[in-house]
Amino acid sequence: MTTINQAPKLDIAKIRADFPVLQRQIHDEKPIVYLDSAATSQKPQQVLDAMDIYYQNTNANIHRGIHVLAEEATEQYEGARQRIADFVNAAKSREIIFTRNTTESINLVAYSWGRKNLNEGDVVILTEMEHHSNLVPWQMLAAELNFQLEFISVNETGELDLAAYKELLNLKPKLVSFVHMSNVVGTINPAKEIIRLGHEAGAIVLVDGAQSAPHIPVDVQDLDADFYAFSAHKMCGPTGIGVLYGKEEILLAMPPFLGGGDMIKRVELRSFVSNSLPHKFEAGTPAIAEVIGFGAAVDYLNSIGMDAIAAREHELIEYAHDRLEEVPGVWIFGPSADKKGGVASFTFEGVHPHDVSQILDRDGIAVRAGHHCAMPLHEKFDINATARASFYIYSTEQEIDLLAEGLYKVKEIFG
Amino acid sequence: MDDLYRELIIDRFQNPQFRGSLDPNDISFEDDNPLCGDHIRIDLRVGDDDVITEAAFDGRGCSISQASADLVVESVIGKTLAEVKNYTKEDVLDLLGIELGPVRLKCALLSLKVVKAGVYGLNVGEAGDDLIE
Ligand SMILES: Cc1ncc(COP(=O)(O)O)c(C=O)c1O
Repeated sequence: MTTINQAPKLDIAKIRADFPVLQRQIHDEKPIVYLDSAATSQKPQQVLDAMDIYYQNTNANIHRGIHVLAEEATEQYEGARQRIADFVNAAKSREIIFTRNTTESINLVAYSWGRKNLNEGDVVILTEMEHHSNLVPWQMLAAELNFQLEFISVNETGELDLAAYKELLNLKPKLVSFVHMSNVVGTINPAKEIIRLGHEAGAIVLVDGAQSAPHIPVDVQDLDADFYAFSAHKMCGPTGIGVLYGKEEILLAMPPFLGGGDMIKRVELRSFVSNSLPHKFEAGTPAIAEVIGFGAAVDYLNSIGMDAIAAREHELIEYAHDRLEEVPGVWIFGPSADKKGGVASFTFEGVHPHDVSQILDRDGIAVRAGHHCAMPLHEKFDINATARASFYIYSTEQEIDLLAEGLYKVKEIFG
Repeated sequence: MDDLYRELIIDRFQNPQFRGSLDPNDISFEDDNPLCGDHIRIDLRVGDDDVITEAAFDGRGCSISQASADLVVESVIGKTLAEVKNYTKEDVLDLLGIELGPVRLKCALLSLKVVKAGVYGLNVGEAGDDLIE
């Protein structure tokens, strides 16, 4: 991690000024302390403006209609696709399929690739630290097709057991699907190695990048991921838009997912011919303004630089671990700060996370409480729920100090 | 500090008076609040004329959900099943003596849902929000 220390210092005050919500005051003029960016990030003015300008100046349906507005809309939409492709270093922009979010991206793979390629007795490997969005689609499909689900186990420090993974690979899985960075324990998994081992065993590999794409540099070609799924709303972009990256040759061999307009080349009364990539997987009028907003979001992140963002968040999580661990009764779930992204999930002895979160809220501090859509991981370690503070480029050390102070108040109330 | 964490709630959370189980029992029902993982089970013994003679709860969750369960269980003892069927959200809020936002309301009302589903003889999965309106 030496490169991380060499990253340039960011001007955090300037970055914060870009985010309108962060200017808000709540509960008697307290500044908002937004520590819930893993759930969804705040949006900079640049992204909001891009979407407004689109609606005010352009607004037309894309890929149809030969008129100025339609052509401009199409150009802006496809331009955003190209910039998003560049952002994750996809070889071709047609490998970027727009979906609603990570969840829909994974469902797309399950219903299109999975239905075609998975059969009774096949093995699919997931991990015990998956978000529900990378569990339930496979459970649903397994119930239908009778393939077998296996799970890479997670150890007490919230890391995947790679030796167990190697054992599982002897089962010759057809698919390995895993989270790049955990939204609960924050662990950044060794994605490149997991993918390489999966490929050696003959599997296709899907990466849930919902937490990694926003926070660390991602290069899908270097990773050699077959599929990579992520959501705009966690990376300064709007809700309602996400991406499925897929290698072209794999996407070409897949049947379409949703049927309708735009995904077809030709339609007859009893048959159709699918459109070319990426349109084959984008049925109906898409979220055009949101795609344009997503394009502005990756521009924004690029203007800061993903290396600098990762380095900054690393500083924050180191600091957060120090400050939280000093509060008696607080226990952070997951590995040491050097192995993770900007997520600290914790328990507080004798106090339910809901109460922690409610007491913090009165000081304007927003954290999330619950199982963070990862019930199995919590159950494995017999943790009912956790409170989670998560950081982004606009987070500050002062906010972490306020969090620590808030936790001392929790302690006072619950004695 | 303020109403939400008034002494009664912290005290009932930390020192519940009706935590436990009844075995055998006449009525037992359990349910969760998936949002936060709160879980509550309530056991009842019912005597002559449908009067609840004993009650206990077990579960896990935030202070509001657990204190509410302790207070609800206390309050149903001596009541008839018909009376419990008529319990409302206001009855529970009166017991707690606080006002709650929409999310925490769910925590507070889980015990109401569980006890009413129990006395109505519902099956698991049938307990809906109509019970806590
Ligand atoms: C690791 C991980 N995977 C998947 C998702 C699902 O993302 P979305 O709700 O945008 O589909 C999330 C978001 O909570 C996540 O953190």
